Amino acid sequence: MDTQEILNKFKPTKDNLLPILHSLQDNNPQNYLTDEALRATAKHLNISLSSVYGVVGYYTMFSRKPRGKYVIRFCTSPVCSLMGSINVLDFFSQRLGIAIGETTSDGIFTLEESECLGRCSKAPAMMINKQHYVNLTPELIESIIQQLKNS
Amino acid sequence: MVEEKRIALKNSGLINPESIDEYINAGGYTALKKALAEDVSKVVEELTAAGLRGRGGAGFPTSIKNKAAADFCSDCEKYIVCNADEGEPGTFKDRIIMETDPHILVEGMIIAAYGIGAGMGYVYIRGEYYTSISRIKKAIEQAYEKGFLGKNILSSGFNFDLEIKLGAGSYLCGEELTLLESLEGKRGYPRIKPPFPAEKGLWGKPTLINNVETLANFPAIILNGGQWYRSIGTEKTPGTKIFTISGDVNAPGFCEVPLGVKLGDLINDIAGGTTNGEPWKTALLGGAAGTFVPYSFANIEMDYDKLKAHGATLGSGAVIVIGSDKPLIPTLQNILKFFKHESCGKCVPCRLGTNYIYEQSLRLTNEKPQGRSLLLDDMIKQAQIMAKSSLCPLGQSPILPIESINTHFREQLLNE
Repeated sequence: MDTQEILNKFKPTKDNLLPILHSLQDNNPQNYLTDEALRATAKHLNISLSSVYGVVGYYTMFSRKPRGKYVIRFCTSPVCSLMGSINVLDFFSQRLGIAIGETTSDGIFTLEESECLGRCSKAPAMMINKQHYVNLTPELIESIIQQLKNS
Repeated sequence: MVEEKRIALKNSGLINPESIDEYINAGGYTALKKALAEDVSKVVEELTAAGLRGRGGAGFPTSIKNKAAADFCSDCEKYIVCNADEGEPGTFKDRIIMETDPHILVEGMIIAAYGIGAGMGYVYIRGEYYTSISRIKKAIEQAYEKGFLGKNILSSGFNFDLEIKLGAGSYLCGEELTLLESLEGKRGYPRIKPPFPAEKGLWGKPTLINNVETLANFPAIILNGGQWYRSIGTEKTPGTKIFTISGDVNAPGFCEVPLGVKLGDLINDIAGGTTNGEPWKTALLGGAAGTFVPYSFANIEMDYDKLKAHGATLGSGAVIVIGSDKPLIPTLQNILKFFKHESCGKCVPCRLGTNYIYEQSLRLTNEKPQGRSLLLDDMIKQAQIMAKSSLCPLGQSPILPIESINTHFREQLLNE
């Protein structure tokens, strides 16, 4: 779906800005919001471009940088940290060869930190795109990487 | 032995959450029929009789909010908003309700809307809760098909539409006035109050904002009466509460129990005791914006007022257990990092203060006891200033974990 087709699905009222941004980002293969899409959004809603950028910049789920096919949101909030998430995250980061916030050179994975994902009874936890993974260990991370690379 | 009493979670795990027929067969939507057959004032009457208090964390009497929204004006445009932006660390009760029994929330919202005379409602769900989003979306579609939503609901003459709106990764949008800003398509900055949402809420119209768990109690209260609800729990805090227990325990998870349950019983009976078998070092109650309590609190009854009298909070119902073998400084640092990350930057004391106290907490690691003592005193002082000078609960919250950990564990913090 191109940008205009997505925009046309939404009434041009400002309360639709967040739903539009979600939809545009979900439909981008690199999971991000392009400058061109944001300009078209401002025009569709008849609001200033700066107010669109202001909203995009505020919410952590939106990205203006291209990201990988798989966006990893790794929980580092109090419960997951207590249950050892930092060690697992370090392993993940080393295994992918990227720091937090970076994307692998093959464009497959982006590694992000996240606040509490509400999976605290099975910590450490993370999400990859819309899927969640719990009770994480380095072994489990290894098998998830293999599985996603092969899919 | 603590036993569960399920009201908000009565169907959880027992019915297919994607089937409205299973919900109806379990007695679903009969409370709505009963409410619609009676005068609108009955909803607020029953909530008042029930003594239900908001389950999002603040524990404010639900009937006062509902009454204010109901009485503000008649024949004017009003909104109802469900706060499903659950993000307090250690909390996942609303997710469980939405994933396992979405119709109980939809039914609760229609009843609440009828009670205040709202024609339009929104469920504001955090963007990361994909399963909750899809379950609530489906439940809304099914409710429309059965005539529980839309025009002239069950031939009562009452019209009500319900929609989902998604958050996008901001903890602060769980604060009710900030949530309204986000619903309007803006950055999540808190509003000055008053005016309260019941007078001037979404798009300046009277708005009622209730938490998921709060609304999930409405059907049972309407069906069985407020007096029945009041007979459960404690005098000042009637009813049940969903607790989510995590950390160093054998069986982390969730439970719904009458308020007044003892903290120690929650940890031992429900969560299977600590993983190392020793008495727990501390429980962090209510998440990051919560309070640390020591093992000597094991016999304290979990109720908003009793905990408050002991300088503690019940909050969202999160119970994060930290075992005897774990240090405390890393958790404190982690909490302060969370506030630093989530501060929206609108109020200067919060924007600068959350950074400052986090950086001070990092210095604790390499300091000797004397240096740590100075750092802790400074952090408390700064957090007190933030609490007094910030507009919303985010800047007012860091003092809670800092002060409580200092009160109960200062010696340990100086020497661990």
